[in-house]
Amino acid sequence: MSDMPKADELFKSIDYTPPLTGWMETPVDFSPGNWCYPAKPEKIEYINSKLPGLWGTPREWSPGDADWKLPPNWKETVVNGFRERLEKFRTLKLFMDICVRCGACADKCHFFIGSGDPKNMPVLRAELMRSVYRGEFTLAGKILSQLTGSRVMEEDVLKEWFIYFYQCTQCRRCSLYCPYGIDTAEVTMMARELMHLVGLNTNWIMEPVSNCNITGNHLGIQPHAFKDIVDFMVDDIEEITGRRVKAPLNEHGHEILFITPSGDVFADPGIYTFMGYLMLFDYLDLDYTMSTYASEGGNFGSFTNNEVMKKLNAKMYHEANRLGCKWILGGECGHMWRVVHQYMDTMNGDTQGPQMATPKSPITGTVFDTAAATKMLHIVEFTADLIKHGKLNLDPSRNDHLRVTFHDSCNPARGMGLLDEPRYVLKAVCNNFFEMPEGTTREQTFCCAGGSGLNTEEILEIRLRGGLPRGNALKYVQDKHGVNTLACICAIDRATLIPLADYWAPGVQVTGTHELVANALVFEEGEERTMDLRQEPLPGFEDEDDNWTPPNAEEA
Amino acid sequence: MNALYSLLFVFLLVLIPLFGVDAAHMKTIFGVCIPITAFIIFLLGFIYKVVNWGRSAVPFRIPTTGGQFKSFDPVLFKQNKYDCPQTGAQTFVRMVLEVFAFRSLFRNTEASLHETKGGPVVAYKSSKWLWLFAITFHYSFFIIALRHLRLFLEPVPFFVNGLEFVDGLLQIGAPTMYLADIGLVAGVLLLLGRRMINPRVNYISYVSDYFPLFLILAIALSGVYMRYFAMVDVIAIKELTMGLVTFNYHIPETIDVSFFVHVFLVSVLMVYFPFSKLMHLPGVFLSPTRNMPNDTRAKHHVNPWNDPNIKAHSYADYEKHFGPAMAEAGLPLDNPENAGAEEKA
Ligand code: SF4
Ligand code: SF4
Repeated sequence: MSDMPKADELFKSIDYTPPLTGWMETPVDFSPGNWCYPAKPEKIEYINSKLPGLWGTPREWSPGDADWKLPPNWKETVVNGFRERLEKFRTLKLFMDICVRCGACADKCHFFIGSGDPKNMPVLRAELMRSVYRGEFTLAGKILSQLTGSRVMEEDVLKEWFIYFYQCTQCRRCSLYCPYGIDTAEVTMMARELMHLVGLNTNWIMEPVSNCNITGNHLGIQPHAFKDIVDFMVDDIEEITGRRVKAPLNEHGHEILFITPSGDVFADPGIYTFMGYLMLFDYLDLDYTMSTYASEGGNFGSFTNNEVMKKLNAKMYHEANRLGCKWILGGECGHMWRVVHQYMDTMNGDTQGPQMATPKSPITGTVFDTAAATKMLHIVEFTADLIKHGKLNLDPSRNDHLRVTFHDSCNPARGMGLLDEPRYVLKAVCNNFFEMPEGTTREQTFCCAGGSGLNTEEILEIRLRGGLPRGNALKYVQDKHGVNTLACICAIDRATLIPLADYWAPGVQVTGTHELVANALVFEEGEERTMDLRQEPLPGFEDEDDNWTPPNAEEA
Repeated sequence: MNALYSLLFVFLLVLIPLFGVDAAHMKTIFGVCIPITAFIIFLLGFIYKVVNWGRSAVPFRIPTTGGQFKSFDPVLFKQNKYDCPQTGAQTFVRMVLEVFAFRSLFRNTEASLHETKGGPVVAYKSSKWLWLFAITFHYSFFIIALRHLRLFLEPVPFFVNGLEFVDGLLQIGAPTMYLADIGLVAGVLLLLGRRMINPRVNYISYVSDYFPLFLILAIALSGVYMRYFAMVDVIAIKELTMGLVTFNYHIPETIDVSFFVHVFLVSVLMVYFPFSKLMHLPGVFLSPTRNMPNDTRAKHHVNPWNDPNIKAHSYADYEKHFGPAMAEAGLPLDNPENAGAEEKA
């Protein structure tokens, strides 16, 4: 982060005045920092061997070069692909036709708010594609090109797509405010599908996609390594609580299959959330298993194209069937839940085995009818139900050193509607809970600016700019209420919000919701803990010599 | 610049009937042929477009959720029924609110940046101007369109008379001034003003965004001129319009030229409509992020082009690949032979 401007300076540099040149004439900045690295050719070769024909030619190329080594028939491929998708997706056709350019969506995008670049206004982002739609497919656009903002497909246009459709996190905030519900996230998904057809891709997305297919998770953790990591966490839990918890993997014959994003297995602070799950399940003596084969809840396919989204998602039912599980419990994740909630059953519901049934909590007996089709339940729903029925012995004072606020991830907020359950759980497990200002939470929540496969280092400045709205709201509660902990229900958040908080609200740490649940969970009557899951002393047990600062405040 | 072009266009359009009717005596063309042709184009174009949208598949059920969904415990977690509908009926209410009350625009906020003593602040404040302008404009337009039914129906339906009575309630001037007339002119001017003055909206506006506004403004002004200044012969006009709907064309001599200007501009609007963004009128009803319930976790939705050949990388292949390592780590294997299998990619 050394060459990043200071937060104040960056803030001062934001200018909402549009340039003097029209947007079609304004050149695009291709200098490094404005784009994600392209996928390694072997990743594309691999995925092309599994889903042929969707990826163009695997090759070395760089968006910084003048020549992107596009296939000779790229224009035809893109235009035909566009036409085909107009038939396959009513959203696309409609959203190409009915935008009135009212501008209601303009200042709703975090990337616009933090950059002032007019092409980051959702309306203009989508116009990058709509202009081509009009120029290629409509009579009015062909005749009156200039007057109707139309243009034909050119190499420069495609390059511009690559920059700006990878500066959209598919957060859908624009869609909420649009009088016709025009969802620029959907437009972005379509544009990305088209770009893949001619081999324009990013490694940060395609490597996880290819890993996920082979190893079962985005990070490419192989089964034995996965088991090692989980065993490690079991050891840590024992050290903290004195209890050795079960962590079943790949076992047949359990009622529930638990799937969570692999990010939680891999890195701080996600691992604490993962430990939280293990502790909760052990406390309940839950009849469950995890799987190394279906060890990924997330789905980077949803940032790629619908085909690979379906393929990666199909593992969940495949594994539930193999292991004979009745239903699937899903961990804390954002885009995973967009896929599970809005795509999974449509895509793969017909592969559910006859053993599968509507999720029913074995502890409380609650039947979750709202998940009757997918047979998949969100862990926060599961836990909220437990708390409601008084099944958890909780000591929220164990979280008294934390002053907590909650970040609604875009996908559960605007692609699902899961808003109150996480708050209910958090309020039950910690005594100091504060909401961020109105207009930045719930369905109006702001993105972490690293969703949809953008949480990569090479575009850090873009991410931090896009992180301004969230970061500023966080700063507000930090100043006003002394908030020092940002809770979330998303594994990508747990990675992306850390640099965001370090930059815009230094001193705030990031945590998963079930980390806090497990902190508060009293295993046995009279159980005393001296440290939290991060092995930091609980209030009253501080070691005099230990001058502790929150882990992510150190670098700031 | 784009605004200026549009204004110029509309100006030229006004000249056409002025010249055509006055100088060239082409009353039949302007009073009968053009409006009928325009209406046919409008109708066919409109239907074609909507049918064409309808022919595209809706592969996924992707409503944008605007509030708490239906929870497993609706008492503890109260569902926001109309921003996050779960059933068809709730979705219907969401659509009614969207279409008749511009629900989403009502939510509009404005973001602004401030440097304060305490550091940078991004502020959001509710901004209902666009909603107000849009509501004023659309309702006025709608009322005026309904009022015009009087010219095409005999006897005049009761609701048209009722509407006129309410619309003219203020009883100002003679002939009585209609509120909707003021609303329409004010609405267009406000929307136009916003488009020109707000730098961001101006930046994204094409000629095709200004043109319909100027055109509607010209239509409104020509209508106002006819009614309040030229005091055109309404009886004669009704004779003409009734002739249009009964296919019994007749052009009374006493009709003022302003009428032909008005009709010509309306004809242009009708022709322009199906090929432009004005199709947001039917489009809003079809928007998949608004018109579907948020129930895909509870009910199966069918994707007509779902490809059953896309399957998961199978567990059997996975175990074949990682068998030895899995065996060593003590992970259970379905096929014990895989424990010794060659590890290959
Ligand atoms: S809010 Fe909707 S209609 Fe208005 S400019 Fe944005 S996308 Fe277009
Ligand atoms: S989906 Fe989110 S990131 Fe993309 S344009 Fe809309 S507001 Fe911006």
